[in-house]
Amino acid sequence: MNILNIIRISFKAIQRNKLRSFLTMLGIIIGVAAVITMMSIGEASKQNIRSSLSSMGSNMISIMPYNNMAMPGGVRLSSSNVDILTMSDVNQIEKNVDLVNHISPGVQSSGQAIKGANNWPTTIQGVSPDYLTIRALTIKDGVNFSDQQVREFAKVCLVGKTVVDNLFPNGEDPIGQTIRFGNIPMQIIGVLTPKGQNTFGQDQDDIIIAPYTTVMKRILATTYLQSIYASAVSEEMSDSAVTQITTLLRQAHKIRAGQDDDFMVRTQAELINMMSSTSSMMTTLLTAVAGISLVIGGIGIMNIMYVSVTERTREIGLRMSIGAKGSDILFQFLIEAMLISVAGGLIGVILGLVSSYIVSSVLHWELVISQMSIIISFFVCAFTGVFFGYYPALKASRLDPIEALRYE
Amino acid sequence: MDDTILEIKELRRDFIMGDQVVHALKGVSFTVSKGEFITIMGSSGSGKSTMLNILGCLDKPTNGDYLLDKVAVKTLSRNQLAELRNRKIGFVFQAYNLLPRTTALENVELPLLYNPTYNASQRRERAMHALEQVRLAERYDHTPNQLSGGQQQRVAIARALVNDPVMILADEATGNLDTRTSYEIMTLVQDLNQKEGKTIVFVTHEPDIASFSSRTVMLRDGRVQKDSVNENVRSAKESLDALPVTDDY
Repeated sequence: MNILNIIRISFKAIQRNKLRSFLTMLGIIIGVAAVITMMSIGEASKQNIRSSLSSMGSNMISIMPYNNMAMPGGVRLSSSNVDILTMSDVNQIEKNVDLVNHISPGVQSSGQAIKGANNWPTTIQGVSPDYLTIRALTIKDGVNFSDQQVREFAKVCLVGKTVVDNLFPNGEDPIGQTIRFGNIPMQIIGVLTPKGQNTFGQDQDDIIIAPYTTVMKRILATTYLQSIYASAVSEEMSDSAVTQITTLLRQAHKIRAGQDDDFMVRTQAELINMMSSTSSMMTTLLTAVAGISLVIGGIGIMNIMYVSVTERTREIGLRMSIGAKGSDILFQFLIEAMLISVAGGLIGVILGLVSSYIVSSVLHWELVISQMSIIISFFVCAFTGVFFGYYPALKASRLDPIEALRYE
Repeated sequence: MDDTILEIKELRRDFIMGDQVVHALKGVSFTVSKGEFITIMGSSGSGKSTMLNILGCLDKPTNGDYLLDKVAVKTLSRNQLAELRNRKIGFVFQAYNLLPRTTALENVELPLLYNPTYNASQRRERAMHALEQVRLAERYDHTPNQLSGGQQQRVAIARALVNDPVMILADEATGNLDTRTSYEIMTLVQDLNQKEGKTIVFVTHEPDIASFSSRTVMLRDGRVQKDSVNENVRSAKESLDALPVTDDY
């Protein structure tokens, strides 16, 4: 048997029924295109979350107080009001945890920022100069405050774009100007590079950054920290750094074995995973739906091949009478089914790429096409062709030529 | 040299219908030599169709022997039968059985596609030659629905010729055609037999058609009723010319 001739025969048979072949392909085309688009959307949204969280500093580790030991009947306080973390924790981590290369205490307060006739409700973040590195923030104009200024409780600050826009609506240069936060006058020494909204829709530019000493002494009048920010030497080292910090802080806080921590340590990676898990669930769901449409496309092929075998019974009888063996007929119909599904698969891949491109450009997402999705859906197609084409083809190959020739 | 093409000895074919055994052929014997033009005649139920299926290697006898070109058909497998049909038999059917939406040339090429010894250019060459033999070469790219019934049957004859078979087996090949076109087809068949020496077995129930052959085997009730050599073979060409010129009404 000459397989090339059989392919030629199958190809001609498809050509004879262009419209029907195309309609049969349509199920496969839509299925494959849907799978690729869904996977691309899912990947892109994951990537999107990842990159926006990374923009907040991908190595960042945040330590928050966590008071789980509520007194019966007592008022539970929000974690930022719990007096647990101190500067000595910061110093110990800085000294003993070698997987951490930057560290900053964190205190914050909300209040009104005022400049002349303009005012704006915002948040002041008291940190050390390292904070900018940890959060991957950069300064557009001006300079960061220095360690010296931290020691002096200097009344200096860095402001975000939103604050600048609201306090200086006429576009004056904010550098060197003095604004008030509540009652405290502060000189602006730098403006942060705008970052826009983060994944949760928070405006990352609505912020004032000042030395933590200034915020602690002059605004909050406290000696406790609300948080500690650190950055691990690398993203991979984050988890080890967390373990080191936890061990250290448990010792420092004299927590006995079996007792719960009075703080919690979170890495950005955890946050990323948490956020991505929602989106991967969606991706799985959508891909499953798309996969079902691919199966339905396959059943469409089977259906058409069945009709085709019945309709072409005389043709099969003729082919057998002029010398086609059962296997020739089997392969002819099998190859027809495969050609239809593979051609459908190819068109589907192209369509899927195009629609992924459209979706990504409409949503301003990065275009992420996983090669796996293309390879998988393509092979699923070929397999679909063989799987759903086999039974009708077998039926055709087992026809009795005498009966088939007489079939009306 | 023995030039026997077909040798049938005491051929029997039984069919089991429920709990009854139907004897379609009850011991048929005859031989056909190379270059003969034989018609097999018989009324419905005479075993004609069964005979045809066995002659065409589509079916195997229950008892008796059938040797086609010295090959004992009875011992062959399904695949071997298919190969035998491909190499040694050219079928012509009553309903032409051309592939729709396929050109005449491709229809004629079809048997060669199942024969791996031919390559694409040989196939084309042979198919063109076969179309020339039936005088349809200029219509090679026409599809069946662009051809008349007689032309379609000529394409079918070309398809039967293309594999250079030892025997052309025609099954009521003129059954769907009017008298004039039937005679045209018979002229072609006679030419193939007389000028090119093709062995032709023509199954029909029309005595008119049988008169063009050199020999007639009459079947009746599963047996050979009469096996007679036709002394004066009618010329299909002359019969065709003898038809009234304007028979359209």
